[in-house]
Amino acid sequence: MTESPLGPSPTAVYTGRFGEQQATRLLWRAGFGPRPGDVEATARLGMDAAVASLTRPAGRARLIGRPPHDEKGRPLDPLNVWGDDHCWWLDRMVRSDQPLIERMTLIWHSWFATSEEASSAKLMIRQNWMMRRHALGNFHRLLLDVTVDPAMLLWLNGNTNERGYPNENYGREMLELFTLGADRGYNQQDVHQNARALTGWTNDWSEARGPVNFRFDPQLHDNGVKRIFGKRGRFDWRDSCRLAVTHPTHASFFIAKLWGYFVGAELPQQTARELERAYVAGGFEVRPIVEAILRHPLFYEGPRLVTPPVVWTAGLLRASRQTVTTTSWAWIASLTGQVLFQPPNVSGWNYAQWLDTSRWAGRLWAVNTALQNHVLQGKHYHYGIHETNTEAYRHAIEFWGGLPLSATAQRMLLELGHRIGRGQTQDWQQVGFRQQRQNALRNLIPMTPDWMTA
Amino acid sequence: MSEQPPLQGSAAQDAEPVLPRGTTQQPYCDGFARSQAVRRVLASGRLPVAREWDPRMPVPAGAGIDRRRFLAAMVGGFATVYGAQRAGLTDGMLGDGIARAAAIRPTDSPILVSLFLQGGIDALSLLAPAGDPLYQRLRPTLAVAPGSGVQFREDPSLTWHPAATSLANLHNAGKVTVFPGIGYTDPDMSHFTSRHYWEVGATSAELNTGWLGRYLDVAGSASNPFQGLSLDGQMNPTLATARNPTAAIDQPNNFAVYLNGVWGDASEWTLETASRLGDNQRHSRDPAIKQVASAASEVGVVRRTLKPWSNVHDVSGSGPATNPGALYGSSVSYPAAATGDLPARLAGLAAMIAHGVPLHCVALTTDTQFDTHSSQQQTFVSGVQLVCDSLAAFQADLEARGLDHRVIIHVWSEFGRRAQENGSDGTDHGAAGTSLLIGSRVNGGMVGEFAPLDRLDVNGNQRENVDFRAVQCSLIEQWFGHDAAAVIPDARRLKRYRLIT
Repeated sequence: MTESPLGPSPTAVYTGRFGEQQATRLLWRAGFGPRPGDVEATARLGMDAAVASLTRPAGRARLIGRPPHDEKGRPLDPLNVWGDDHCWWLDRMVRSDQPLIERMTLIWHSWFATSEEASSAKLMIRQNWMMRRHALGNFHRLLLDVTVDPAMLLWLNGNTNERGYPNENYGREMLELFTLGADRGYNQQDVHQNARALTGWTNDWSEARGPVNFRFDPQLHDNGVKRIFGKRGRFDWRDSCRLAVTHPTHASFFIAKLWGYFVGAELPQQTARELERAYVAGGFEVRPIVEAILRHPLFYEGPRLVTPPVVWTAGLLRASRQTVTTTSWAWIASLTGQVLFQPPNVSGWNYAQWLDTSRWAGRLWAVNTALQNHVLQGKHYHYGIHETNTEAYRHAIEFWGGLPLSATAQRMLLELGHRIGRGQTQDWQQVGFRQQRQNALRNLIPMTPDWMTA
Repeated sequence: MSEQPPLQGSAAQDAEPVLPRGTTQQPYCDGFARSQAVRRVLASGRLPVAREWDPRMPVPAGAGIDRRRFLAAMVGGFATVYGAQRAGLTDGMLGDGIARAAAIRPTDSPILVSLFLQGGIDALSLLAPAGDPLYQRLRPTLAVAPGSGVQFREDPSLTWHPAATSLANLHNAGKVTVFPGIGYTDPDMSHFTSRHYWEVGATSAELNTGWLGRYLDVAGSASNPFQGLSLDGQMNPTLATARNPTAAIDQPNNFAVYLNGVWGDASEWTLETASRLGDNQRHSRDPAIKQVASAASEVGVVRRTLKPWSNVHDVSGSGPATNPGALYGSSVSYPAAATGDLPARLAGLAAMIAHGVPLHCVALTTDTQFDTHSSQQQTFVSGVQLVCDSLAAFQADLEARGLDHRVIIHVWSEFGRRAQENGSDGTDHGAAGTSLLIGSRVNGGMVGEFAPLDRLDVNGNQRENVDFRAVQCSLIEQWFGHDAAAVIPDARRLKRYRLIT
């Protein structure tokens, strides 16, 4: 038996077969879906090595393949051009050889949901790099950096929270949404006192450059004694972060929230206690907890999860060996319900409800765009002149990287192929219908419940 | 059935469509809201991708195909329908989609529209005790000046914000009921918790169906997604059902379902297959499969029903439509929106009601976020002006179409804001706030009373005197004629108010 590269887990470990099905789930949930060949390669590694390859990447991330560009071949300008920021990060999701780092960055973006509506693409991308640095790092350090991050200071009014005039916005959301959970061991007095502790951050405004020079100004800080969670002291923003992560309800909030991003099953109480203990004993390190979750039996045996729109979109491009070649992805993202750097509000995206009629139609737009250069037409007039219906299905599946569909979906897609074949009665249709059949299958495969969930 | 032509004022059909922004050299300007950009792309009639058509196929050739012709090529029979529309024939256009859906529910059934003012609107600015010295002390920079707006009819110590004048006029005409002190006991100052309570119709974190969703589960249909229509481009939690289908669109003219490289019958069959796959798996025990499958299943009905509006678009290319009412054949002028498209969504809603779309519960959210922790005036004034003017236009539109007896609008926000302003020219989260009911059949007047500023709660917030759940119970009983106990937990213990004439 080979030595596990991960060491013992603080909680239960999956011991069933780690085959292509399990590898597929791991690649969708801890990354952005498989490229052709990834499933087989990941399955061959076995679970522990597969998890380690995601959680312990070596060195700096490399971006594989052609750099992103717009439809005219020009490079992106994420700081200055509307929508290019979204496309810039989408490209990293498609091309990075450290997909879990990008996925964790996306989790932190939703966890500490900040919108560029209050700042700028420049400050959002600066925040994005900060979150990427902490991707699998330490939650306490992440919280400290988020608390004084310029985009966050602007978003939740930390920059106008002054001595004598406390603004509760960040102080409340920090407890409610970021560290403890609503009404879990704090009250309005704690919120108010926390806001006092957080006073002192400010910035200047430049006509040309907008908000600049973010800094702590002791003159603006309330240096008085505060009482937070029953403790008294002349607390400042660092104390505020420390008090939050050492609060008795923080570990259970953190574990349940992180678990929910990866696993569709309820978190069992025993697992919760084991992970909470490991998290606190480990000094709020994130990587060991993620590793434990990615090896947990419920990760592989629990129900499926709807793949978030931006993850699914990156997956479309990865599966079909494409990269970002149009900036249309920015506005398509809003039809699908997930625009990067623009979460709907400070509680982030609602991971429990990704689909409805409108966003289903939005995802079809995404497929439409991914097929932009990959539908058969015109010059492919004689496409597949001998292609049978079954072959057409297989070719379409292969176009999207070879992921199998459920028996129901397969049957209905084969029926559709037959129907398109039968329906072509005019002379001019006899040759061309095979193109349409192939196009129809390519349109539908990523829209199936199988492909949209993992 | 209304006799108005549905597509009056629609696209100048042969104008060159505007290129989608993402495909031009012109970068987006910073102030351009992303949602606007999307809607413009959809409204432009131009697909986002350049296409190459095989000239041997019986479809229009060339990459410059516009959406109208594209649809004509794609959807069998649509070209004929289109011609009929130009000739002023309207019923023929409706196809079997609406007719079939309308048969499910008689078209004179009552409609409740829920409008969520997101972020917690500052009730003390909307309806202000302007003459109260205590108010002026609590609000040194934000107070509404005495005499600056219309006096509130039921309580002369209160003044409507000047930006809310259109609403004040509607109130004076007896078409707005005002709840100036609405909330619940033990108020939660979290946006998400408080909003959730309102959405689910209970002060409970556990419920995960909306109050209107539960009503639709007990009184609705298993086959009509339009009975619960979200106009937010995504599902509104108020309408979350456990069983029965609902739909989400943005405006009726931009529900766009396109396939790439598939046309004619094949396109129709492909989309049918997508919906049938949904029908097949929507009862899956796996919640994720169920979620995707339900959406796919409902897309089929939505697509067929909204076909009459699919080529109604603004080709002016000048940003938000100056009068979205014109897009939807309304005789009433709706305000132009600087950001978002609330007026257009309401105009589209009026048009759908007029054409017999079988609506019952509708929910939408303001584009404006009223969470004014800083620089409150900037957001509040323009936001309130747009909301009030849009609502007044919608009400006038319904009256002009003779539909006002069928519709009431429930306007609410998750909480009011702190009586004392903060140091950032803004206000923090509060407790009791203001809610409204608008329509020709509401009682008008005031329910409850203004929560006095000298009796604030321990956190410095206004105390509630009307429970929001009592209003929800009263609406279910008086507007829908259904037992509230089947929908709202503890309904029997909650008061009832006479809300409908």
